[in-house]
Amino acid sequence: MEPDDPTFRSGTEPVVHLRGAVALLGRFPALAGVDLDVDRRRIVLLRGANGAGKTTLLRALAGLVPITSGDAVVLGVDLRVDRRAVRHRVGLLAHGTGLYDELTVADNVRFWTRAARADIADADAAMTRLGLDGRLSDVAVGRLSTGQRRRTSLACLLARRPELWLLDEPHAGLDKEGRDIVDSLVRDAAAAGATIILSSHELDRSIELADEIVTLGGGVALDEFVADGDDHAE
Amino acid sequence: MTTETVGSVEASDSGPTSTGSRTTMILGIVTLISLGVLVLFGLILSPADANQGEAVRIMYVHVPSATLSYVGCFLTAIGSVVYLWRKSRWWELVAYAGAEVAALFTALTLATGMLWGRPTWGVFWVWDARLTSEAMLMLLLLGYLAVRRLAADYEVRAKRAAIVGLLLVPNVFIVRQSVQWWRTLHQTPTLSLSGAEIQGLMLFSLFTGFISITLVFIWMVIHRFRVAWLEEQVDAEGLDTAIAERRAEGMVS
Amino acid sequence: MNSLQMETIMLSDAWLIARKDLKLEIRSRVALNQVIPFALLVLVLFAFALDPDRGLLEKATPGLYWIAVLFSGLLAMQRSFAVEAADGVTDALRLSGLTPSGIYLGKTLSVAVQLLVLEVLLGVGVAVLYGTSITGWLLLLATIVVATAAISTAGTLFGVVAAGLRVRETLLPLLLLPVLAPVLIGSTRAFEAALSGTPSEGWPWVGLMSVFAAVYVVAGIFGFGPLMEES
Repeated sequence: MEPDDPTFRSGTEPVVHLRGAVALLGRFPALAGVDLDVDRRRIVLLRGANGAGKTTLLRALAGLVPITSGDAVVLGVDLRVDRRAVRHRVGLLAHGTGLYDELTVADNVRFWTRAARADIADADAAMTRLGLDGRLSDVAVGRLSTGQRRRTSLACLLARRPELWLLDEPHAGLDKEGRDIVDSLVRDAAAAGATIILSSHELDRSIELADEIVTLGGGVALDEFVADGDDHAE
Repeated sequence: MTTETVGSVEASDSGPTSTGSRTTMILGIVTLISLGVLVLFGLILSPADANQGEAVRIMYVHVPSATLSYVGCFLTAIGSVVYLWRKSRWWELVAYAGAEVAALFTALTLATGMLWGRPTWGVFWVWDARLTSEAMLMLLLLGYLAVRRLAADYEVRAKRAAIVGLLLVPNVFIVRQSVQWWRTLHQTPTLSLSGAEIQGLMLFSLFTGFISITLVFIWMVIHRFRVAWLEEQVDAEGLDTAIAERRAEGMVS
Repeated sequence: MNSLQMETIMLSDAWLIARKDLKLEIRSRVALNQVIPFALLVLVLFAFALDPDRGLLEKATPGLYWIAVLFSGLLAMQRSFAVEAADGVTDALRLSGLTPSGIYLGKTLSVAVQLLVLEVLLGVGVAVLYGTSITGWLLLLATIVVATAAISTAGTLFGVVAAGLRVRETLLPLLLLPVLAPVLIGSTRAFEAALSGTPSEGWPWVGLMSVFAAVYVVAGIFGFGPLMEES
């Protein structure tokens, strides 16, 4: 997919700008003052122990979790003012599949594509790209394996053509072929002008992919490391 | 006292800091006096009814309770609307206090209704328009309170309860209208004075009943509000500590 | 964006959601296999309780019909929200860009369609099992339409109040049934008027229920959005 999507802005402002961002889950400060800047077309790896706040950070960037203090601007939208406005411009691959188990793969991808007001042709192209056309497209999602469901969720994300990809452990549950597809999708999306932030415990593969590595701990960003070319990070 | 703003939870001193105050103490005393006057006139000085006998005295509490149960509903509805519009915690707690006190007064109305009905017709319950509407009001309020008391974050409970709360007013209207249409077809007996108008001492007693029950209502709402406010305050404190503890998690590795 | 464009978007979103819900029902057949049999079972149980030979069943038919509709409708409503509780679907809906009022109307429409099918089948059931002879067609149909609108609009709104909570299954009936009591009163009286040949007594009830449905449609369109957010 080679879009020259007119919604991609060609500015020099960062796609993500967080300063001291605090996000509460109930009364618990899941994010306790995150500083983060991400420029366009960058592929950023989020790593950290379980419970460090990776999932909450991704959801906050998607506009699902409110930021209660600090600065938070994503794709030019101030999340503290109107986080809903950013939602249709991002794509989130979450822990949950976001799919209706009783509907088929094709039903799901087409429904979510139409819901995003995207071109229905992109839905079919996305299914092909993820290897879901053919026999699988008429199988109910509930009957698929975990890996196949993940691919379906990815197809729904791909068809939306988001400017910012937020992937929560995209490699989990996928076989080698699936992981290769994810990596190539990520690289292609970045080349086409999107920005990708992914969290992963699969460090070997992800470090290859990423331009920058951010470590989260205790709800804050502990350090940010920029990888050059093929150097491995340390 | 410092003012922290923790998202939508405000720990501040813009609200009550205890459940008692000079104003409400005076209010309480006035309320007790007026209740005393009510007892005097309602039980002793006013005459018994020609048809219903002594039982009619229950009316002096029953009718004002019914009215105030609806006032409580309106309070809840108004508080809910303002909360949804302005995110005002103060008004949300007014809604909550209003609903709880309204539930209490609805129960009182139903109880006094049954006490009045038994000697008057020999049965505890008749499906007359007022009693039936009050029973429905009770169920609607219980629904609101169930949502308000969910085991969930304040924001979640408050928002959902507010929607239920603001719908209380149209619901109550529609329920009353339908119950009234329904029951007037059958000419069921109603709890009221049969035939003769209320006048003289009976009218004064009823008037006293309204005044004193209203004062009780106000006193209760104020105190319930304060208790609710303080409860939420306790929850709101300690964000800075929580943040420091959270950051410390990341250091240990 | 002017208000006509917004309305068009709302309606097209509603249509998308309604189609999705109805497709889900066709694939999973829960209403067909569970809700409708439940409704018929309720009719049969009433016959056991009220003894067909004593003439009570005949007199009580309108009320029993609508109680069966209410309880089965509750099941259909629960199901409508159970499907959205699956695995991250609520987040996906928030991210999708669909207007909340469109989602509300779409879910209301799909519940209404299922209720209408249920009511027609129950009508046949009642005519067969209780031997009711049907007169006053216009009033009967008007009552069905208006009562269905009332039940589905209020049910979907309270459904989202209860959605996503562990106690949803017990909370929804507690919230919804008192609210729908006027609909039960009204539709029963209207049916009685139709079946006894005095339809003029029934039309005011149809009017009352229309007001009810109108209040709830407005409340749903404006209230669904805030309720979809968790905070």
